[in-house]
Amino acid sequence: MSDLASPRGPAGPRSVPPGGEAIDFVQLLTPDGARKRPAEYPLDVDADTLRGFYRDLVLLRRFDTEATALQRHGELGLWAPLLGQEAAQIGAGRALAPQDFAFPTFREHGLTWCRGVDPAQVLALFRGASLGGWDPAVHNLHLYSIVIGTQVLHAAGYAMGIQRDGHVGTGDPARDTAVLACFGDGATSQGDVNEAFVFASVFNLPVVFFCQNNQFAISEPNQRQSRIPLYRRASGFGFPGVRVDGNDVLAVYAVTRDALDRARRGEGPTFIEAYTYRMGAHTTSDDPSRYRPTGELEHWQQLDPIDRLVEYLLLTQTGDERYFAEIAAEADALGVRVREACRSIPNPLPESMFDHVHVEPHAQVDADRAWFRAYQSSFETAGGAA
Amino acid sequence: MLKEFRLPDAGEGLTEADIVSWRVRPGDTVAVNDVIVDIETAKSVVELPSPYAGVVVELLVAEGQTVPVGTPMIRIQTEAAVGADPDGGGRGNGSLPSGSGEPADSEGERTPMLVGYGPRVGAVSRRRRVEASAPAASAGEVSPQEVVAGLFRPMAKPPVRKLARDLGVDLNTVPPTGRGGVVTRQDVEAAAERAAAATVTADERVALRRETRVPVKGVRKLTAQAMVASAFSAPHVTEWVQVDVTRTVKLLHRLRRSPDFAGVRLTPLVMVARALLVAVRRHPQVNASWDEQAQEIVTKHYVNLGIAAATPRGLLVPVIPDADSLGLRELAQAISVLAKTARDGRTQPSEMSGGTITITNVGVFGVDGGTPILPPGQSAILAVGQVAERPWVHKGRVRPRQVTTLSLSFDHRIVDGELGSRVLADAAAILNDPGTALV
Ligand SMILES: Cc1ncc(C[n+]2csc(CCOP(=O)(O)OP(=O)(O)O)c2C)c(N)n1
Repeated sequence: MSDLASPRGPAGPRSVPPGGEAIDFVQLLTPDGARKRPAEYPLDVDADTLRGFYRDLVLLRRFDTEATALQRHGELGLWAPLLGQEAAQIGAGRALAPQDFAFPTFREHGLTWCRGVDPAQVLALFRGASLGGWDPAVHNLHLYSIVIGTQVLHAAGYAMGIQRDGHVGTGDPARDTAVLACFGDGATSQGDVNEAFVFASVFNLPVVFFCQNNQFAISEPNQRQSRIPLYRRASGFGFPGVRVDGNDVLAVYAVTRDALDRARRGEGPTFIEAYTYRMGAHTTSDDPSRYRPTGELEHWQQLDPIDRLVEYLLLTQTGDERYFAEIAAEADALGVRVREACRSIPNPLPESMFDHVHVEPHAQVDADRAWFRAYQSSFETAGGAA
Repeated sequence: MLKEFRLPDAGEGLTEADIVSWRVRPGDTVAVNDVIVDIETAKSVVELPSPYAGVVVELLVAEGQTVPVGTPMIRIQTEAAVGADPDGGGRGNGSLPSGSGEPADSEGERTPMLVGYGPRVGAVSRRRRVEASAPAASAGEVSPQEVVAGLFRPMAKPPVRKLARDLGVDLNTVPPTGRGGVVTRQDVEAAAERAAAATVTADERVALRRETRVPVKGVRKLTAQAMVASAFSAPHVTEWVQVDVTRTVKLLHRLRRSPDFAGVRLTPLVMVARALLVAVRRHPQVNASWDEQAQEIVTKHYVNLGIAAATPRGLLVPVIPDADSLGLRELAQAISVLAKTARDGRTQPSEMSGGTITITNVGVFGVDGGTPILPPGQSAILAVGQVAERPWVHKGRVRPRQVTTLSLSFDHRIVDGELGSRVLADAAAILNDPGTALV
């Protein structure tokens, strides 16, 4: 099993954070926009796909910054910004096949974007107007998980179901299905996540563990949570681990696609560590200036996921200033629509909280609902109609 | 249309914020998401973006004021042409449905601000009419009596319940004034005050008016915690020395006229900082910290120089990182930038961390010295007194000379009297004769 002990991927490009050691990871696009072609991850993308990635990144960033502003306007109770992690999420999200199923954290706005969830549905949760937001079965995307790490275990369980339904390794590209489990670096310290690794490994489950190492679990830096790079933990569980430049949308796409293919073929789980950085606050309630080393943000701004794609589009003449202006205008329009949609999210009926307690009718829930309805109607509104 | 922007809850569950500074004035034109005001909450300083585009009509709260969440802060006149959200601006041409079960002008129905889950206006006037009947005993686990009993518990949010418990107030006796019969924080506080008033005598009431009580919070609270932590963990020793700094003052005058220092604020504080940095270079062990956990003394090979500053927010100690690598000109610039940032209340928490040694300029208050308390984690702090003309024996005669006092407190676990004295004497010698810094 010596191949498991050593990381996959070339020891190539390096990123040296201030005061840190050099980082080896799979990279297809350098921060200057130069294209690399590692043999293990061949990728040919046409101009439209490239432009599509750019559009995704820009619109996603706009949606995210707009939501942060909406929280400051008082329209949302909370927001978890993804600023800086756009490439990691778009790369992974776009690698999914329609039948694949993904399990997000609460920061996976790029995944909801790729899976066609309406931004207003995402905002409803953060506005306190919804306990979920969308129908997971419609989008093949589980709800946001707030409790750290739970969704990884759910993902392993879902992958078991797929395996038992025989949707793995048939060779039929429309049938074979993989599961994408998203989580953060902090989540790797959770029991649930490690249990999921064990199950995935021993049952050879069709699941890809997609860890965005954004360097912090709230204020706890990653170095304080692991003595070895996270992706190397996979070898101890018995499946391959790979680290990818999480700010390189092409690399994340190529690596995730490869791992999902592998899962669908029935070759088992892969751990991907997308090495990235949360440039914003943990949530709108957090003040990162209290724990962020000076200079770190500036270092990562040099590695911005969108900037390098701009360089590459310009270099390859797949995008020009006119195209960028077009997308910027589309982003502005999106901003306006997101604000409007947010403000017009309807307040839920209080009794809707009973709706999803049980799938099937349940006597206790029905009784509680009836009592609650009576209680609600015991209020009168001053000045007439209730 | 005239729009009001109310103070939102910028972190989960905050109740108030201080208005730090306005970035706009009446008459200014703002676009959506232009930053209009900085506020400081218990958690951080936060920039608030405008929800509206238009012209600022009025600022309703003043800088320095502490206001509860929900307070109207600013009035903005929005115009159709520059409306916050031009209708139809893309609606329907993307993935967002109008998504609304409400009439389009629903805005007026919602209490204008608060967070998204803020109450509707309608809810304010709702009142309990009839007692709800208990549910028919159904699944058996919850008896109707229990449910009914639950109904008549006084309604209050958990923090208010805790407050009541802490103040010894029985919630059942508090008349509720909140929406829907909810007992509010003010109700509990009022009840507590009534109870207290009932037990104080007339004399005591007079005495009460002779005192003001201000809750300990914000910078005051942090300062208090830091001072207690430091004073009761590091054994402090303070030494002081008087020094004739006439030559340094003359040097300052010369430098100020030199073109190399044009536009730089050169003050005695800058020279003291410089002298201390030289003394630290000669005695690096004074620039150290005590690692209790590891049982180690950590000597720093860099100097992050803290400069204590009195600010409207209270005492802050912003830090000049790697001050030992700066030339005199850069040092002077760093000190004046840092002082201005602190006075303006814009010092970020990260700019106050990582200090290794600190200077506090008590001279600006017209005093000579003191026994400064170490910032936690540092092993020395130098207080600079006023520079004043004093009779001094100079070259065998009593002369008026510019004299100041330096007081150095140090952590006696790390710094012995000998080391502390050498550092202090060195700094003093440099200020007495700046030429000695060259050797
Ligand atoms: C089980 C559990 N413990 C603690 C928390 C509080 N919490 C919320 S986010 C977070 C940090 C998560 O860090 P990471 O997994 O790195 O994801 P990131 O926030 O960086 O995206 C914690 C501890 C929680 N939500 N659930």
